[in-house]
Amino acid sequence: MKKLIALLLALAMVLSLAACGASDAPAAEAPKADAPAAEAPAEKKAEGSVYWLNFKPESDEALKELGAMYEAETGVPVKVVTAASGTYEQTLTAQIDKSDAPTLIVVGNQAAVNNWGDYCYDLTGTPVAEERSTDAYMLYDADGKLCSLGYCYECYGIICNVELLEKAGYTKDYITNFATLKEVAEDVHARAAELGFDAFTSAGMDGSSSWRYTGHLINAAYYWESVANPDAWVTCPPSIEGTYMDNFKQLYDLMVVNCATPRADLANGGFDAGAEFANGEALFYVNGNWEWSNLESKGMTADQVHMYPYYCGVEGEEKIGLNAGTENYWAVNAEADEEDIQATLDFMYWVVTDPEASAIAVGTFGTMPYKQAVASPNPFYGSANEYLAAGCDIMECVNGFQPNVDAYRATAVSAMNEYNADPSDANWEKVVTAFVDGWAVQYAAVNG
Amino acid sequence: MKRRRDPAAVNSDIIRRPIQRCAPIFLWPMVAAFCIGFIWPFAQGLFLSFTKFKTTSKWTWVGLDNYVKALADESFRYSFGYTALYAIVSVILINVLAFAVAYALTQKIKGANLFRTVFFMPNLIGGIVLGYIWSMIFDGLLSGYGKSILTDSTWGFWGLVILMCWQQIGYMMIIYIAGLQAVPEDMLEAAKIDGANGWQTLFKVTIPNVMPSITICMFLTLSNGFKLFDQNLALTGGYPYIINPDGTSVHTTEMLALNIYNTFYGQNTGARGVAQAKAVLFFILVAGLSILQLRATRDKEVAA
Repeated sequence: MKKLIALLLALAMVLSLAACGASDAPAAEAPKADAPAAEAPAEKKAEGSVYWLNFKPESDEALKELGAMYEAETGVPVKVVTAASGTYEQTLTAQIDKSDAPTLIVVGNQAAVNNWGDYCYDLTGTPVAEERSTDAYMLYDADGKLCSLGYCYECYGIICNVELLEKAGYTKDYITNFATLKEVAEDVHARAAELGFDAFTSAGMDGSSSWRYTGHLINAAYYWESVANPDAWVTCPPSIEGTYMDNFKQLYDLMVVNCATPRADLANGGFDAGAEFANGEALFYVNGNWEWSNLESKGMTADQVHMYPYYCGVEGEEKIGLNAGTENYWAVNAEADEEDIQATLDFMYWVVTDPEASAIAVGTFGTMPYKQAVASPNPFYGSANEYLAAGCDIMECVNGFQPNVDAYRATAVSAMNEYNADPSDANWEKVVTAFVDGWAVQYAAVNG
Repeated sequence: MKRRRDPAAVNSDIIRRPIQRCAPIFLWPMVAAFCIGFIWPFAQGLFLSFTKFKTTSKWTWVGLDNYVKALADESFRYSFGYTALYAIVSVILINVLAFAVAYALTQKIKGANLFRTVFFMPNLIGGIVLGYIWSMIFDGLLSGYGKSILTDSTWGFWGLVILMCWQQIGYMMIIYIAGLQAVPEDMLEAAKIDGANGWQTLFKVTIPNVMPSITICMFLTLSNGFKLFDQNLALTGGYPYIINPDGTSVHTTEMLALNIYNTFYGQNTGARGVAQAKAVLFFILVAGLSILQLRATRDKEVAA
């Protein structure tokens, strides 16, 4: 009896070891059960593999699904690894040095091109680059090498619950500039108890939410400055003027005053603005199209929402549309093996051309600027297109130039916390210093 | 030497030889782990502090440049001062309070074991979790007064001290209890017969006898104070900043380890070598201080 048990235990150990070993083996060897039986054996000789180091935790599941689909179709192994929120730089630094380095990485702005440009494969003339429907959303290094391609673009602004807006007695078209936005917001805030909802959602300044202000809303100030001086904003300017900081202040103040949460509490964070908006507790919500899946899952419908541009009281702002841009840029690791580079390029091409794959990608990321990719059902692109059709300009996302972005925004958060605790002019000056002088400081830190 | 031939002695050849033969089995895995986990990364880190690098395999030699930059960095000097202040305050508070609790719990009171367990428990929670939990507690308390731990650096400092006291007192208490229980009864009895009062007994008999515990507790609290990172990151993350008129900023609650981390992982990848140099300086500082402190307190230890 003892012998039998010993034998069983030994067997169990051997099997578990074998199982460990098997999971390390290239997954390509075993055709997936759900793979089309006819195709799998023919393409079994895997040439190269794809390793996508993704930076958005919220899209992890969908990308893994895409990877599995591609693997099932072609037999080329696709590994998707997602860096934890806010740690892409750390993860990339660690991963790119390994022998099994990622082949598909995210190089999302000019600063990242400066950092990682050496590792970027020149995408000029590749099939995936040829598929593009626009010349926008491409990043080049100083020598003109095409380093990365935007695989989707996003739009953001002030999301509005149209149903609540009508309940408050206004139509969607009423708001066309800062004055009307202010009028509506202040009126709704004053009648909040009677209406059952307030004007703006909470504007938490913790890490999960502060980027909506220090990263996105501030683009209103940058953008108008860049309109006045477009030459300075072709690449990252070494310093900025801050001409429109007063406009930014107007808009920011409007948002934190006409809100159910006292502004002194904003520093601590821990609010859920998305839920406040979806539950109908607030009329306006500063965010972008990526929030749609969240809102939809909480029961909102596409005809309930609209997105307004960042109206901040600049002359001629009636002719401005939504912010549009992206940090979702694909780059191929030039140091990877040749067959891996080829496999990666083939995979990218497949994602943007295959109807089923592009549908998943579009559902995850939003609109993709590729000729054959399917159109997005996201209603906020509808708002973006409405403004374009009305002859408005895109509010370009020049905030992508923010130098040393994490440190820059962290400083701004600190200044804004102080301002929210005590909204004095002296404290606002610190906010201006953090945004304007801080730009030059961080630019020097990176480029000095 | 004589005993070696006595087969019953512990150090006899008959017993020693098999142990000696097996020694590598016990020794080498540990040596290998130490080399892989400590010696190699340390050597590489030391080397990288003299280079400019983005990833560890691509570097260019810059000599002492990184050290010059690290020492010239105002934020590094500030966080050094801040860390030193924190370390002094926390070493004193933690040790005094831990000793007091240990002293109380070695007197014969009801439920002493329960108290020991409860006081020790905060040690079982990770630093990041503790930081977030305490930030909620402080926020809850301070928001009633319209303040936040993120906008007031005084609260940031004391918040960190309170958090660390709460976490570490229990651990140090256990060490002190062990020390206190080892104080020879006959000495205490002799002191009593000689007519020493409570304080005299404490300072002349008990404390000299627990000096080994004090040495180890001082060492742990001092090095913990200097190395503090998780709790710092989670509780305040360096906030609030002082924004200078020229746009630079001082992170008022940023300690050394967090400063190094922020330097390394800022988007300015050119500063990674500088961060590495800071880390080497940091190591020298912590190691040097700990050795000094060990020497100083060891001298005061008495043979029981």
